Amino acid sequence: MNDVMEKTPDTAAGSQHPAHREHKAKFLLYLSGVSVAFDGFKAINNLSLFLEPGEMRAIIGPNGAGKTTMMDIITGKTRPDEGEVFFDGDIDLTKHDEADIANMGIGRKFQKPTVFETLSVEDNILLALAGQRRALPALFYRSNAADMAKIGEILDTVRLSDRRQDLAANLSHGQKQWLEIGMLLAQKPKLLLVDEPVAGMTDSETEETAKLLREIAREQSVVVVEHDMHFVRELGVKVTCLHEGSVLAEGSLDHVSSNQKVIDVYLGR
Amino acid sequence: MIFGHFLKQGLASRYVQVAVLILLAVAVMVPVLNLAVPPGNPFHLPDHWVPLLGKYLCYAMLALALDLVWGFCGILSLGHAAFFALGGYAMGMYLMRQIGSRGVYGNPVLPDFMVFLNYKELPWFWYGFDNFWFAALMVVAVPSLLAFVFGWLAFRSRVAGVYLSIITQAMTYALLLAFFRNDMGFGGNNGLTDFKEIIGFDVSAGSTRLGLFVATALFLIASLVIISSVVASKYGKILVAVRDAEPRTRFIGYRPENVKLFAFVLSAAIAGIAGALYVPQVGIINPGEFAPANSIEVVVWTAVGGRGTLVGPILGAILVNAGKSWFTGVLPEFWLFALGGLFIFVTLFLPKGILGLIGQVKASARARREKRAAEQQVLAE
Repeated sequence: MNDVMEKTPDTAAGSQHPAHREHKAKFLLYLSGVSVAFDGFKAINNLSLFLEPGEMRAIIGPNGAGKTTMMDIITGKTRPDEGEVFFDGDIDLTKHDEADIANMGIGRKFQKPTVFETLSVEDNILLALAGQRRALPALFYRSNAADMAKIGEILDTVRLSDRRQDLAANLSHGQKQWLEIGMLLAQKPKLLLVDEPVAGMTDSETEETAKLLREIAREQSVVVVEHDMHFVRELGVKVTCLHEGSVLAEGSLDHVSSNQKVIDVYLGR
Repeated sequence: MIFGHFLKQGLASRYVQVAVLILLAVAVMVPVLNLAVPPGNPFHLPDHWVPLLGKYLCYAMLALALDLVWGFCGILSLGHAAFFALGGYAMGMYLMRQIGSRGVYGNPVLPDFMVFLNYKELPWFWYGFDNFWFAALMVVAVPSLLAFVFGWLAFRSRVAGVYLSIITQAMTYALLLAFFRNDMGFGGNNGLTDFKEIIGFDVSAGSTRLGLFVATALFLIASLVIISSVVASKYGKILVAVRDAEPRTRFIGYRPENVKLFAFVLSAAIAGIAGALYVPQVGIINPGEFAPANSIEVVVWTAVGGRGTLVGPILGAILVNAGKSWFTGVLPEFWLFALGGLFIFVTLFLPKGILGLIGQVKASARARREKRAAEQQVLAE
């Protein structure tokens, strides 16, 4: 029971509490008392989650636990009905849209690999490279050595250097997942949200991906949503288990997986 | 400098190079065959062919404009003929004001239809159209502004796919109904016609028609090079990225609504210029140009030539319209069936159009060559 995150009883009161004001500054990502309902169904119910700078966190939980909705809220796709969502101390994410939030330094990988299929691997990374995001200056962009070098570095990291000129459509499923992770890296985000990175991957690809994410986590904060417990064990990080839109348990994987509630709703099934 | 690099990117494509050369040759050969080759010679180009060919090139420009948004950004506009018609009306208004006192009623300021409808003075929105520069500005500005407002509202509200197609169709239909009204001040049902002069030249003179033809060919070349450059730039890649995976571009930090809006406005401007070149060559503009079926025909031309290939839609527009001219002469009542059949055939068997077919033939020839080379190598060993 003491694994369960202490919940703020009331959002408004929570935000006025001086202790919480201090708290926010400490965290890279601060979600407090967040709720959102779709047609009366509470997808997220009084969820609180705090992520420290440089931390990697795994999120587990049964289908419909609200994992993807949580990512939608953080990235500005969905507005919460109530609660606070702060990034980097004092940026209120509920006041910004997807493009703004992406430019502030939150990158997101979707559950289904989403890359630009009819562009080359190189161009996929090029479009994601941190920098200018306005449409018109892109008309007069000139390819340059600095950008090409950055692309090369990223492709080395995600093990796609030999596919550089190929169309993204011709990559295998696992390679598309890596390309998408590469695009996230190119954005130079402070926080990466990664939704089921190893779904549909072979065992060796899964291990490679775990290695890759651990490498990335040395410099960036990462939140990984995953079902594959083997993969979560491989990551070796703090785990949060969601259920029905709120936190059920939090701690090390052994700690969480020995929790009776977690066994009942998720692992035991 | 920057602009030079921009245009160089556009001319890098082999298809574009070939198309530009062919169009330049056409721009030279049509006047030569018409003027220098005497009538009676089998190579003589009859006078009535000149505006007909000019009309095809205007349609080609319209299809090219549609391809920018449909082929490269996935916006299936079923209202592109509206931008074409608006450009045409702007030019038509200039041509009406050039008639001056030579009209049937001899009113130096009011066009005939206004006298007929008891207008006492020129409506405010006809001011300035006696100047060619002003009309030329409006040819670009009016379609662009409509595209900007329409696109800004639609793309920001994230209207896409079939819903967007339907509202573009509604847009052109609404304009059709509006322009049919006599009290709109655009000539109602009859539209604008009986033109006399364009920048001082007699519109019905053979030399003027040749001049308009050459101008149309040059504008088509310029449009092709500009659109090809846009598509080859990094912006063009973002455009394709928006087509392929719009949410991804958003989460990378782009604003797809702005990306789409630029392409949509540029496309509308080019469609408007095409319409302005069309009107003096056919000698009339009426609300029929806004008919929803016209916009759908543009989609057919583009699909036949090859969506997303730029050169394909030019080819498609010319071939389908040449076919239409021939067919409506021989079997007029069957033309619409032929057009419908063509669209079904292309959709089923040539998903990438005529130009895609050329690419396929090339690819399979290459594959066959490689296979033969590999076999020979095996035999040699």
